[in-house]
Amino acid sequence: MLFGIAWDTSSGWAFAISILPILLRGLVVTIQATVVGFFIALVVGLVWAALKAAPLRIVSWPAAIVTEFLRDTPLLIQLFFLYYVLPEYGIVLPAFMTGALALGLQYSAYTSEVYRAGIEAVPRGQHEAARALNLKGMRTFTHIVLPQAVPRIIPAMGNYLVSIMKDVPLLSVVTVLEMLNVARIIGDRTFNYLIPLSMVGGIYLIMTLIASAGVRFLDMRLPKRGIPLK
Amino acid sequence: MTEPIIKFDKVVKRFDSFVVLDELDFEVRPGEKVTIIGPSGSGKSTVLRVLMTLEPISEGVVYVDGDTLWHEKDANGRLRPAGEGHLRRMREKLGMVFQQFNLFPHMTVRRNITEAPTQVLGIPRAEARERADDLLDMVGLREHADKYPHQLSGGQQQRVGIARALAMRPKIMLFDEPTSALDPELVGEVLNVIRRLAEEHDLTMLLVTHEMNFAQQISDRVCFFDRGKVLEQAPPEELFTDPKQERTRAFLKAVLESN
Repeated sequence: MLFGIAWDTSSGWAFAISILPILLRGLVVTIQATVVGFFIALVVGLVWAALKAAPLRIVSWPAAIVTEFLRDTPLLIQLFFLYYVLPEYGIVLPAFMTGALALGLQYSAYTSEVYRAGIEAVPRGQHEAARALNLKGMRTFTHIVLPQAVPRIIPAMGNYLVSIMKDVPLLSVVTVLEMLNVARIIGDRTFNYLIPLSMVGGIYLIMTLIASAGVRFLDMRLPKRGIPLK
Repeated sequence: MTEPIIKFDKVVKRFDSFVVLDELDFEVRPGEKVTIIGPSGSGKSTVLRVLMTLEPISEGVVYVDGDTLWHEKDANGRLRPAGEGHLRRMREKLGMVFQQFNLFPHMTVRRNITEAPTQVLGIPRAEARERADDLLDMVGLREHADKYPHQLSGGQQQRVGIARALAMRPKIMLFDEPTSALDPELVGEVLNVIRRLAEEHDLTMLLVTHEMNFAQQISDRVCFFDRGKVLEQAPPEELFTDPKQERTRAFLKAVLESN
């Protein structure tokens, strides 16, 4: 029994059907962690990208170093660091938030590169026109550069969304009850790992396909308005 | 003789070791229409880009409308490199039309024209829209106000580019090869707009172009640039019919033959 839901071990099918609602509870957590992690990655990644593009080196270098560090160290280390080390300094976050934060921060390093590529693909003439019209740097970034960069970067961002979802099971090591952790607990208690793990794999496949289709849909629907997409 | 509105005083511009402007001395009087011609790499576009503060200079001083463009005076009255505040104030005097139009592709034609007046000059949106529509009338594109740039022909896009620059009410308009990226049949409509501007306004105009006939019609003066210097300058009828310098003659001959 888990989450107040009992399982039926009379047959394989009955077992599968009885544990499905339990796994779906885990799926909700997986989706929540994906969404929160992706949101953090999108926002923080944009901040990194803006800092790295700054003309002042005292601004751009630290950002470059931090993102390089985030990218080149394993997610598990960052996760342990947030979960075990931060509380020593009085910062105690719930396991779920710790996990989502670790996911978001590591992926912010990747998304910052996607933003950077999208931003650099905006032709130089656009910056020059904005400068000639005396638009401020911030206004140029938010209203001229970014709107042209975003349609270019949606496919790459979609890949990272799927990637984050597939990394959520790592959060199980800090006790987050996401779907794989739930399946493992069911296995531990029933000594049947085959069915819950297979189901988790199947659900993951379905979720990934849905997410990919969603990104493709968004990519097609978003108006390109003559923005050259190379 | 009135004070020049643009003055280059021994201006040097280097890209690494390549000298683009070589101790250039160059002046434009208020209201004057000046065309710059010359072979590629002669520094003619760089003059416009330096004036629009897109390209910093390496040495010398540029004056625009009585003030230094790339320098400002410190407390002791000495010149030091200008900060962004000074550059922003100076930029208000200038407008630029680009070879590649450089319209904002994600904004409608009208929004392209109102964006800077509302954001930079603080003009209320309704008033900015009205002025944009007046300018679109002037360039003959009022009915295209709600379209996006990619829905327009190159000639129409460039006319929007001219309207967008004029919306900032500059004293000086810079045209950087405004018809070079256009199909031949679209060149005329853009030149007509520029011609009307030249005839009807006291704007100071600085034009880089390969359209020699057009230069002859609208210019008070034509400057032949060569290797980062003004090699020869004269009223168009004189420079085109009786060039003094061998290099000017060779250049004009080459251009006229290719036309």
